[in-house]
Amino acid sequence: MKPAPFAYRKAHSLDEAVALMGQHKDARLLAGGQSLIATLNMRLSSPSLLVDINGISGLDRIEVKDGMVEIGALVRHVQAERSETIATVAPLIARAMPHIAHAAIRNRGTVGGSIAFADPAAELPACLLALGGDVLAAGPAGRRTIKADDFFKGLFETALEPDDVLTGIRVPAADANTRIGFAELARRHGDYAIVGLAASARADGPKLKDVRLAFFGVGDTPLRARAAEAALAGGDVEAAVAALDLAPHDDVQASADVKKHLAGVLLKRVAQQLMEPRA
Amino acid sequence: MKITDDSPSVLSALDRPNSYIGRSVPRPNLKRLTQGRGQYVSDVALPRMAHVAFVRSPHAHARIVSIATETAKKSPGVIAVVTGAELAKVMTPWVGVLTHLKGLKSAPQHAIAVERACWQGEAVCAVVARTRAEAEDGCELVEVSYDPLPAVVDPETALDPTTPVIQPDLGDNLCFERKLDAGAVDKAFAESDAVVETTFVCGRHTGVTNEPRACVADWNEGEQRMTVYHGTQAPHMMQDLFAKHLGLAHQQVRVLTKDVGGSFGIKVHTYADEMATVALSKMLKRPVKFVADRLESFVTDIHARDHRIKAKIGVKSDGTITAFEIDDLTGIGPYSVYPRTSGIEANQVVNLVGGPYSCPNYRAQTRVVFTNKNVMCQYRAVGHPIAVAVTEGLVEQAAAKIGMDPLELRRRNLIADDAYPCTSAAGLKFEKLSHHEALAHLDAMMNYAGLRAEQAKLRQQGIYRGIGFASFIEVTNPSAAFYGVGGARITSQDGATVRLDAQGAVVVQTGVTEQGQGAEAVVAQCVASSFGVPLDRVRVITGDTDVTPYGGGTWASRAAGIGGEASWQAGKALRANVLAVAGSMLQTTPETLDIRNGVVVDKTTGNERLPLEELARVAYFRPDTLPAGIQAELMVTRHYVPRAWPFAFTNGIQASYLEVDTDSGFVKLLKHWCVEDCGTIINPQLVDEQIRGGVVQGIGAALFEQCLYDERGQMLNGTMADYLVPMAVEMPDIECGHVVSPTADSELGAKGAGEAGTAGAPASVMNAINDALRPLGAAPLTDMPFTPEKILRALGKV
Repeated sequence: MKPAPFAYRKAHSLDEAVALMGQHKDARLLAGGQSLIATLNMRLSSPSLLVDINGISGLDRIEVKDGMVEIGALVRHVQAERSETIATVAPLIARAMPHIAHAAIRNRGTVGGSIAFADPAAELPACLLALGGDVLAAGPAGRRTIKADDFFKGLFETALEPDDVLTGIRVPAADANTRIGFAELARRHGDYAIVGLAASARADGPKLKDVRLAFFGVGDTPLRARAAEAALAGGDVEAAVAALDLAPHDDVQASADVKKHLAGVLLKRVAQQLMEPRA
Repeated sequence: MKITDDSPSVLSALDRPNSYIGRSVPRPNLKRLTQGRGQYVSDVALPRMAHVAFVRSPHAHARIVSIATETAKKSPGVIAVVTGAELAKVMTPWVGVLTHLKGLKSAPQHAIAVERACWQGEAVCAVVARTRAEAEDGCELVEVSYDPLPAVVDPETALDPTTPVIQPDLGDNLCFERKLDAGAVDKAFAESDAVVETTFVCGRHTGVTNEPRACVADWNEGEQRMTVYHGTQAPHMMQDLFAKHLGLAHQQVRVLTKDVGGSFGIKVHTYADEMATVALSKMLKRPVKFVADRLESFVTDIHARDHRIKAKIGVKSDGTITAFEIDDLTGIGPYSVYPRTSGIEANQVVNLVGGPYSCPNYRAQTRVVFTNKNVMCQYRAVGHPIAVAVTEGLVEQAAAKIGMDPLELRRRNLIADDAYPCTSAAGLKFEKLSHHEALAHLDAMMNYAGLRAEQAKLRQQGIYRGIGFASFIEVTNPSAAFYGVGGARITSQDGATVRLDAQGAVVVQTGVTEQGQGAEAVVAQCVASSFGVPLDRVRVITGDTDVTPYGGGTWASRAAGIGGEASWQAGKALRANVLAVAGSMLQTTPETLDIRNGVVVDKTTGNERLPLEELARVAYFRPDTLPAGIQAELMVTRHYVPRAWPFAFTNGIQASYLEVDTDSGFVKLLKHWCVEDCGTIINPQLVDEQIRGGVVQGIGAALFEQCLYDERGQMLNGTMADYLVPMAVEMPDIECGHVVSPTADSELGAKGAGEAGTAGAPASVMNAINDALRPLGAAPLTDMPFTPEKILRALGKV
């Protein structure tokens, strides 16, 4: 479990990182390294160059601007987990944090890395999708914003170009009418979930509107369950469960049938959370 | 976890002044290990040391057509690229058989595959380089051409005439079979009021050690001597095997085993890649290091427990168990593992089923078959978790069928505490067990009646909790009956050498080894107590075949019971020798003296007569002042081997309390109890932590761990992300209790404690799950591990 030889460059600015990625077509960005280094060690990937972005300043901030929360790509999971700001204005992310792997991994792993890696069973991509957030990227043509709904393209595949650097994510800041829900089923705490669900909605009197359900661990990307969202907005949980149209694959932890069943179980639990007013 | 110390005080000949027997003293190696100053083989670095990595077969079964090594040989840092055929010139193959397992057969196994690869992960070529990374780069450049052969993956069809024979010279795929028929089984079933018949499945799993397997072999051409730094449980056994297969004498091989990062039984076997490493060192005349990485560990560390058992129990309506019957089948990979064989586990299953009960009628058969998967062999509590799951699963299903409380049914059938010595239906000889006392202790400790009331109340609210039990017996302190009589050069005796140093402290050399379980602590406690010095005046040396007494090492829960007794006796003998010198110096008879707390004292009054340091000074530096004819012998050796009994059986009972989420199929473990009887307890905390660690590994078997293979013989989950070892968050509090029935075969009276937890935990968890689901009409679950999927299917939810 030693990686194949690779070159290493530490980028000191976004421009430098973007330029290096442009020059080396099979280069990979190194942020927290919690997924990348394992794939290198297992020789599942052998890039010629790692571009280390940990030295780029300004990417580790959590800021609230114009009703949005911006989380820099280099914000470590542990930083988000302990952030008062996240707890207050991005409670879905706060609730998901303890489920992400283990403390040692959260100490190193970054929010940007998790989104860019786009593991279909990971918590943060699903949270981003559930919140209807944006991905912020820098590329040769400058900065751009990609909507979460347009970001996750396929298995470990995103809308990022090879010479893009993900600089952060942006999600709407929660207010009094924001409702969130999160649940996952993993055989051991910290494992990738068999099935998980991140959800957000807005209270509309006694009802819900703008329901967004993002399942993870049930497909190639985190997945919206749009028919179920509509049913839930109508207040009918059983109809929402019946409307789930997920088509998961078997994996070593559970068969597709079990995943579908568990998705329904989670939907009921998360629906309950969405119905509860914020404390 | 809550640590409770409820062990009874030990009052016997062992209760000397300042005795450490029965005291939870900290282990002497604690600071060293926690400060990162352990001496693990993984950390060993020698001048000119090279590293080996192996090209491993991606196929479960394939003919090796050709191996092109030229490109790899030119890769930066590569020193040598060696195929199986080349290495076979240096090292002879081995065959894993034992004569007392009649009919057991296996094929010769080479250090590196020659001609054929027989499981996915078998090494087919070695690359030696300056660094492990360069060796792995070289491996990628070795071009192996394979001709894939049909893989035998299903034990059920391994013996079918249409199934290819893996080892053609053997004639078929049968490694070993055994039949046993005791009492009058058919008559007993005919006279039963109820019969339960079911099939149990135990998932194939492995003992994931903290430190992977590791060895550094250093052939010294000038000395014609091989030194092997080896993370093993049995240094002397490995010395014998390295010598034998390299064509060397024992005195040409030194095995050094210092700290080992966990073994759990997997490091007591011959591994082809370790044998290859030793052979490569001899071939290349330089040190070669091999440390298995996690990926190769999963496909080469022995697997275990892959059994399918058809089983049957008969009971009378008064709860009397009338008969047990089992038909066991296990697939062990393409070779029987050397030198302990892969027949022992199945043999143990046959031996142990029904073991706690007085039922005389028992019929069993087992068949051990070859398959194209990684090899299986002995892992912590060999065979016990399987036999206990079968026995206790049957017992609780029978209790449910006749409507009797499962503890009550056990009370009516467990061998009576005053019935010893006695022999089980399978022929096991029991010196002294305490099933009923253990059961009563457990009943009180867990407040069984209270838990049943709570369970009933919660069921009204739709909460499904279950209580499950498992009585068990456990093989410990094996005599030569285990391996020696079968022709294996695995010693069952062990020794300890103790020496008074020139300042009056004691150095102990012992044949047992430290795997992280605390063997050093136990040895030190025995010597400190029997000799009479404070614990910090005892230094323990383990794991050096040049120095330590010839011994078996650490396996089958023998370190404390056998190594401890040898240490106890050696300490006593040194005390006698020291007092002989003291008597002559003090002009009194040695019988009037004792050694207490590092000082020679008057035996009756306890008054100080002579510090040990002064005695050592005179004995070593002024022996001229001693009376004529007095020669101080301040270094003595004692050995011990169990003789009166083939094994010192221990016993106990465990209970699991858990809750099943009937929507998700997830199990939440709420509490676990274990009452066991390992005889004299030397260090209560070490015993309790052995029990707890064992229980956790047993819970792994019940809920999490399984090596999954596909129909082509490919392991599907060979990473730490996919193979689920039990972790702290999911573990319940584990309470330990003890009954003490010392073995009379040794003065110490200690039996083993290392495996009891693992033996009983899977069965108790299984029974608790079934207890929880019984009111819902679910068919009993008997196929371990009990995943959410299996529970949902039993509930008809999917």
